[in-house]
Amino acid sequence: MAARTASKSGQQRTSNIIVNGVLILICLLWTIPTIGVLVTSFRDSRDIFTTGWWTVLPHRGVVDAGEIKIAPDVDVNGPITIDGVTHTFAEWRQGVTMPDKRIITWYGNKRTRTLHVQESKWIWFGANLTLDNYKNVITGQDISYKDAEGNTIIRKGSNFSAAFLNSIAVTVPSTIIPILIAAFAAYGFAWINFPGRKFFFTLVVALLVVPLQLALVPILQDYTVLGLNGTYMAMWLAHTGFGLPLAIYLLFNYISTIPRDILESAFIDGASNFTIFTQLIFPLSVPALASFAIFQFLWVWNDYLVALVFLGDKNRVVTVALAAMVGEKGADWHLLTSGAFISMVLPLVIFFALQRYFVRGLMAGSVKG
Amino acid sequence: MQNPNEIPNGKTGPLTWIGANLGRILVSLIVPILTFVILWQGYIFLRDSDAPKLVIATIAIIWGVGGVALLFYVTNWLVEKLPGSWVRRIQPFVFVGPGLALLGWFLALPVLRTLYLSLLDETSTKFVGLENYKYAFTDRIMLEAFRNNLLWMIVGTSVCVVLGLLIAVLADRTKYESIYKSIIFLPMAISFVGSGVIWKFVYAYKGEGVGIQEIGLLNAIVVACGGQAQAWLLNPPWNNFLLIVIMVWMQTGYAMVLLSSAIKGIPAELLEAARVDGASEVQAFFKITIPYIQGTIITVTTTILIFSLKLFDIVRVMTGGNNGTNVIANEFYIERFTYNSPGRASAIAIVLLIAVIPVMVYNLRQFRERKAF
Repeated sequence: MAARTASKSGQQRTSNIIVNGVLILICLLWTIPTIGVLVTSFRDSRDIFTTGWWTVLPHRGVVDAGEIKIAPDVDVNGPITIDGVTHTFAEWRQGVTMPDKRIITWYGNKRTRTLHVQESKWIWFGANLTLDNYKNVITGQDISYKDAEGNTIIRKGSNFSAAFLNSIAVTVPSTIIPILIAAFAAYGFAWINFPGRKFFFTLVVALLVVPLQLALVPILQDYTVLGLNGTYMAMWLAHTGFGLPLAIYLLFNYISTIPRDILESAFIDGASNFTIFTQLIFPLSVPALASFAIFQFLWVWNDYLVALVFLGDKNRVVTVALAAMVGEKGADWHLLTSGAFISMVLPLVIFFALQRYFVRGLMAGSVKG
Repeated sequence: MQNPNEIPNGKTGPLTWIGANLGRILVSLIVPILTFVILWQGYIFLRDSDAPKLVIATIAIIWGVGGVALLFYVTNWLVEKLPGSWVRRIQPFVFVGPGLALLGWFLALPVLRTLYLSLLDETSTKFVGLENYKYAFTDRIMLEAFRNNLLWMIVGTSVCVVLGLLIAVLADRTKYESIYKSIIFLPMAISFVGSGVIWKFVYAYKGEGVGIQEIGLLNAIVVACGGQAQAWLLNPPWNNFLLIVIMVWMQTGYAMVLLSSAIKGIPAELLEAARVDGASEVQAFFKITIPYIQGTIITVTTTILIFSLKLFDIVRVMTGGNNGTNVIANEFYIERFTYNSPGRASAIAIVLLIAVIPVMVYNLRQFRERKAF
């Protein structure tokens, strides 16, 4: 019996190791791409173009270790002996690996009589880290740098600080306004009887999955007539409209489960609907409001399509600025990576701080299209 | 909800009433006008001002949020000034009215207007019948987009759900569950554009040449294994799969979180009983876990299916839809904004709507069964 339990717990331990191993592997796969971008955003722009970002980690690399001059009396047309190894010029030109693992390569033509020595050895943390990429991306100054061939290249910077402020000016009202409007509407649907109540709420449920592409063409026409294109207001209205079905649906589900007795006693005390809503229901619904708020905040902050269509280049938000940078400067990884991180920082902070609410919102809102 | 100021008997004439309430009537007129003026001034300021960005952003936030709160407050205040029966009749619409108006403007009416536009030509003036739909269903580029969307929906969704389920089941048995889950879930907080940059860097290709070291992770691995570096995103049809990887990276966390909470809802006795009866872990998984969380699997699958149907950002940022990677939503964007053809774009949008109608019907049926009213 004792032996059986022992073997069983042994089995358990093996399966535990396998399970953890698989999960760690998946987690590594999941994080490495992001780590690569994070590391790259802090590297010197010249290094980014010549070596992979993983070279900031300790690795075996080839480093220069001086040079060798051939004495003037040696005939460079015949075989040449260096440190006991003999090869022709052509072979030295190709590079020769010495018995002691050094790599010796002839530099230039025969008359230079110079050979480069390279050694393969461990490189610990010798990476050249800098904040310049962030400075460039944030301030939007013109920047000059040398590419792999040594040419100086001047590029126009991207003004990410303005884009960041635009994103905030778009996102904060686009999160709060639908919450206010939806909370009022959800209270109306849940606790006030009025003609058409069922019809209108069915409409809300039906609109949950309508793809927003359907709205873009007509709304763009309206905005052109109203002169709203490129304004924050256009974004607030659009995101409020597109976010409302989910917001009303989520808040209705929550508000309609608040016990009837609480409200009835308030009604008997002669409180009006408005008072009951603002004093009682709204404070009670804070968990549901928070869930939707995080959901909507991440959705609006990360939105690209709506911002591209209604805001365009006039008030670029971070996603539009970043996407434009991908298009214009597809190979400027020092800018792209730092820009990408600036665009991610706020959602990541909010996500980590309020993950529990976000998950709750996701579960309640999984019907959204 | 009796209005305390209501005139108690009907003997007083209307004139006396007006006289007695003149102050109130004036206030009722002045307050909305004042509110409107304040909001309008704010709008004009935001539209025309060239103050520093930070000032504008702050004022915009205060104006936008405060304005909505003020509007609700003032309309309600006005309505409560009316006689009691009118309050009961109008007040519901103070609550649901703004929401319904915005829904009508931004979602309900656009469905009909897009349907109408889809029957017109590119100038939106001439009626062309089903010409745009003929294009949407027969054009070579559209067919390619349909094929790719199908690929996204089938491959992307199934990988997301299966991987999410696997991680949920495995993580359920470990001590570090929350750490694993947070890591897998993390990409959900990142925008598509940001994810695009992250993965574009993984797929980066520098080109042929002596002494070139690849800086993209994928090519570096391929080279280290003795292979040839490639411009991955230019090679159809494999580039589609590389783009789908990005969606899997972003959406598996979603599937995992929902499935994980469903798995936790399975009563422990049920699994215990199965084990006592000698069922293996695999049997217990297929015979108990899967049937028990079936509902959640369906929800997750539909959500990700709809998501991959409407997918736009990844393709737009990574390839622009070139090299055989086009999808429906990107073709919608191209038709509307590159070729300036609202008719065709509208037809494509309607196609998207038709594709989600089954889900809409399912949602409505579920809602009716709940009898929330």
